[in-house]
Amino acid sequence: MKMTSTMELYQLLPKTNCKECGKNSCMAFAAALMARELTPDDCPPMKNDPKYKENYETVSGMFSTTEGATETGLIVHEELCFGCGNCVVACPVNVANDPYGVGAGKAPKSTGKLILIIEDGIVKAQNVDECRRFGKNKILCTGCIVTCPVEAIEFV
Amino acid sequence: MEGNYYVCTGCGLLCDDIEVELEKDAVSKVYTACRVGVAHMKEGSREAVSQVDGKHAEEATAIEKAAEILKNAKNPLIFGLGTSTNEAQKKAIELAKKLNATLDDTSSFCLGPVVEALLQEKFNTCTLDDVRHKGDVMVFWGADPSDSHPRHLSKFSYFPRGEQKQRGWEEERTAIAIDIRKSHTAKICGSNFFQIPPGGDTEFINALIDGVSGKLPKTSYKFPPKRLLELANILKGAKFGTIFMGLGLLYSLDDLDPIIRLVEVLNEKAKGEFHLIPMVGHYNMRGFNENLFAETGYVNCVKFENGEAKHGPEYSTVEALKAKTVDAVLVIGSDPLASLPHSIVKNLLDIPIISIDPCETLTSRKAKVHFSTAVTGVECGGSATRMDGVEVKFDPILEAKRSTDEEILTKIMEAL
Repeated sequence: MKMTSTMELYQLLPKTNCKECGKNSCMAFAAALMARELTPDDCPPMKNDPKYKENYETVSGMFSTTEGATETGLIVHEELCFGCGNCVVACPVNVANDPYGVGAGKAPKSTGKLILIIEDGIVKAQNVDECRRFGKNKILCTGCIVTCPVEAIEFV
Repeated sequence: MEGNYYVCTGCGLLCDDIEVELEKDAVSKVYTACRVGVAHMKEGSREAVSQVDGKHAEEATAIEKAAEILKNAKNPLIFGLGTSTNEAQKKAIELAKKLNATLDDTSSFCLGPVVEALLQEKFNTCTLDDVRHKGDVMVFWGADPSDSHPRHLSKFSYFPRGEQKQRGWEEERTAIAIDIRKSHTAKICGSNFFQIPPGGDTEFINALIDGVSGKLPKTSYKFPPKRLLELANILKGAKFGTIFMGLGLLYSLDDLDPIIRLVEVLNEKAKGEFHLIPMVGHYNMRGFNENLFAETGYVNCVKFENGEAKHGPEYSTVEALKAKTVDAVLVIGSDPLASLPHSIVKNLLDIPIISIDPCETLTSRKAKVHFSTAVTGVECGGSATRMDGVEVKFDPILEAKRSTDEEILTKIMEAL
């Protein structure tokens, strides 16, 4: 599934710039939604007006955590993963937190702050709040996705 | 978490950083290993089984029967050993000498010729640790390590940080795949994937040599010269380049001359040095080649006669079975019935088979005598030679309930 864009969200909003959400425009509200600062429930017209019911459900659906996904939206397709560990070694957070272990391609020296580890031949996500796609200063890091030979990792 | 590390003997990489959890005398959890390794390490906790004619028998009876078969044979064949320790391989060489047997391993139809050329120092090579610390250009040619050696890219060749490569793969390394199909490794290489038609390798090598030497590269299948020159320029700019040669490339070449010449030309023209490493699959195939080379000067396909070794293609497993020159076979850790062409293996069914293997295989089921032995690295320790020639020693994880390959071979020798 591809990432939702601000423009895509904007198209589903009432586009009345009513400012009831506290933002100056619907575009600003869409940007705030993308940054996870506000939720679809913060737009009263969309939430309450039956006219926008369908759009409200679509937008809410975009932000609800998909089954099996972590808070950052990371999903591991366990049936595809064969434990090559490319993502574990390529993940910038893993490298920063364990440069002489996983950063050097070896077994982790401490798993405390690692996001991805290999357990029983399958990648396991943990400490997802450390992921660069999470939190206020998030960026669209794709380290673990582009290095996976079998597309076993995706973000929703 | 830093603690006891074990060695995985699942493939030629011999990963030495595997951690395990045990439960009731069996491996219950494996960390860091790939799926191949996990399946391999969780395997070893079975009871010992010796069979004669498919029926359970005492080990001593089975040994006696095996010795009798070998004693009665005029020209027995000893085959396999790619998944045995160096110690067991040396024992098998000794046994072959004693029996005047034909001795061969899977390398005769695998990467044997490349290992032979390597041991004869026909080209430059290096270790995987060198690649991790220094490598900036790596070429996967006719090889798909993502499938065959899952941790190759993450542990050694592409993703890890090394002593002289601290900034990571995005900035400091270039991975190139040359293959006839878009393999999983090719997918990771992205735009540096060069797809060639089956059998087009020799021409591609020659065109690449032209490209590196400043001539216009041409191929009969009209591979875009611009792309070839792009590749030639990446290779020329390499400070520490490595070609990982897979079976796909070997099977496509008539002989090794073109690829050896390419490595030579690259060493001349490139900024730094170029190396070639064969992508050995079985965890100790290179070990067998080296052990036999040290003993006889050949890496495979030998026939012993009064202590002297004769060498030739006629002593390879395939040719020997085809010509029906062998009259008994001792298979160690291999499954020729499943892996060789039907037209050849049907001749196997006419002669008595002795099988030594941790697993039940098609060959073990058809064997006259079968010994189920310990899984190396799990139930027994020893040493093995990694695909790049580095010797790795390992300890067992569990207490073995079964004899090792080496012990069975020793007992057979004593019974002779």
